[in-house]
Amino acid sequence: MENEQGKTGNYSSELIDELKDKARKIRIELLEAIYKAQSGHPGGSLSAADIVTALYFHKMRYDPQNIHWDKRDYFILSKGHAAPVQYAALAELGVIKKGELDYLRQLGHMLQGHPDRMKTPGIEASTGSLGQGLSIALGIALGLKIDKEKDRKVYVMIGDGEMQEGQIWETILKAGNLGVDNLVGIIDYNGIQLDGFVERIDDISPLKEKCEAFRWKTIEINGHDFNDILYALDESDKREGKPIMIIARTVKGKGVSFMENNPAFHGKAPNEEQMKQALQELGKNR
Amino acid sequence: MGEIIKQSLRESYAKTLIKLGKEHQNIVVVDADLSTSTKTALFGKEFPDRFFNIGISEQSMIGIAAGLALKGKTVFASSFAVFASGRDWDQIRQSVCYNEVDVKIVATHGGITVGEDGATHQSNEDIAIMRILPNMRVIVPADAFETERVIEKVYGIKGPFYVRLSRENFPVIYDKDYKFELGRFDVLRKGKDGVIFAIGKEVYESLSAAEELEKEGISMTVINASSVKPLDKDLIYQYAKEFDRFFVVEEHQKIGGLGSAIGEFITEERPIIIKKIGIDNIFGVSGKADDLIKYFKLDSKGIYNYIKTVMGG
Repeated sequence: MENEQGKTGNYSSELIDELKDKARKIRIELLEAIYKAQSGHPGGSLSAADIVTALYFHKMRYDPQNIHWDKRDYFILSKGHAAPVQYAALAELGVIKKGELDYLRQLGHMLQGHPDRMKTPGIEASTGSLGQGLSIALGIALGLKIDKEKDRKVYVMIGDGEMQEGQIWETILKAGNLGVDNLVGIIDYNGIQLDGFVERIDDISPLKEKCEAFRWKTIEINGHDFNDILYALDESDKREGKPIMIIARTVKGKGVSFMENNPAFHGKAPNEEQMKQALQELGKNR
Repeated sequence: MGEIIKQSLRESYAKTLIKLGKEHQNIVVVDADLSTSTKTALFGKEFPDRFFNIGISEQSMIGIAAGLALKGKTVFASSFAVFASGRDWDQIRQSVCYNEVDVKIVATHGGITVGEDGATHQSNEDIAIMRILPNMRVIVPADAFETERVIEKVYGIKGPFYVRLSRENFPVIYDKDYKFELGRFDVLRKGKDGVIFAIGKEVYESLSAAEELEKEGISMTVINASSVKPLDKDLIYQYAKEFDRFFVVEEHQKIGGLGSAIGEFITEERPIIIKKIGIDNIFGVSGKADDLIKYFKLDSKGIYNYIKTVMGG
């Protein structure tokens, strides 16, 4: 299997299978949370699930028992509306109790509609107003540079619709000029935003050319192929004096047939019948 | 008063930053292509590794500042007040205040005394839009000495601050022994007939007006209310018991500024009349700073005339 740049990883099938199963569980948990809340964003959470899984369960230097570990890597969810995928991952890691997922978006509970670092352990930065997480990530990356903490990195996941924000391009310009090579952006390029298809609302392509013109190294991958994802993340370890943008082609609503590529499930919870089908497709009782 | 000595608040800011920067390695400064004007370039010259000129990108600047703070830095972010507060308001709200990070926004060029650049560059709304933000604190120093004390003080207190400085050099009111306390006003002059609360340049203008009023037999207390948020509630309450009317003078719109802040607090406690001397809900215009201050009746003469008329002198 090859990605668009003709390269892909060759990781052990045990590792790939393990990550696949973890991602499947995370999809089930995030959907159950959204279903119980009858509120939240399933589409963009599902599209990001494989990448978030690869980061938390394989790539990142991260200790769930010591979330303030001073050697940890950072993960910033700039597309904060995909919070359920991060919450499910944190619950799988044991950073938050699994029971918290039952109270997503409910008054008096820690899991806010968008990530809140003050209320939820494991959240590095509160996000939700689109366009801001990338700048925050660059700030952290610069802080790591100042402190000469060379082994640590900042991963930031950006929505494709979010790429329409002006602030994103301000920061892409600055990060490229600074050559901040401990910053890894990952664009969840699922092609759909709230109002419909990104291409029709305000096309952001060609992303590779744009990012490269702004002096970023780019890696294009299939954001649901773990060989691709792991390859891109390992490739981003090479310090080449440039920030890295992983352009991950994904499917909005990935894993649930009727949500896939369906703008209706950007920010809508499934009903009872839909939930039953979704869980069946994701192999809840497997 | 003898010869008026004026000093630059911006230079005092930069000088203090450099002094703090030498003592504290965790101070980082960001600016958005106005560092020559805000004077943060002086810090950049001294500490190139801890200074970032982000370019004309205020939104990105504030996000980067928030990120640096999340990595343990105390970040000073500077631009002109109109841009530092307005162009990036949502970033300040979300990335700084909601995240409760240690970012100090030190805005220069507040108010109409920006002068010739005109309405687009004059900031008469910044106090209103900054003080409404949860977790934000707002300070408006009255001279170069107070600026130094304020910058030292805000460095020592974790969390977001907005400090409003001016393009203009301000007449010196304090000396090096002055101490600034958050949530405390400073009574500069005591009078028995009325009380003036003022901030920024208007502290000096109010003191001058009070001197002239004294000659007319009107004896005014003048208070430097630099700690706009948090207010000195005890002091306000104390004066509200003494007087049934406050005068509030500020180089800011009457909507949402110091006068509003004082009113929001004290009218929950006592009935009181608050006479606001500030700028109406209009945009500024180009002109020399001194001419504009007169045009908007924020010079000592304007304050004197207003108070004399109201007090029936």
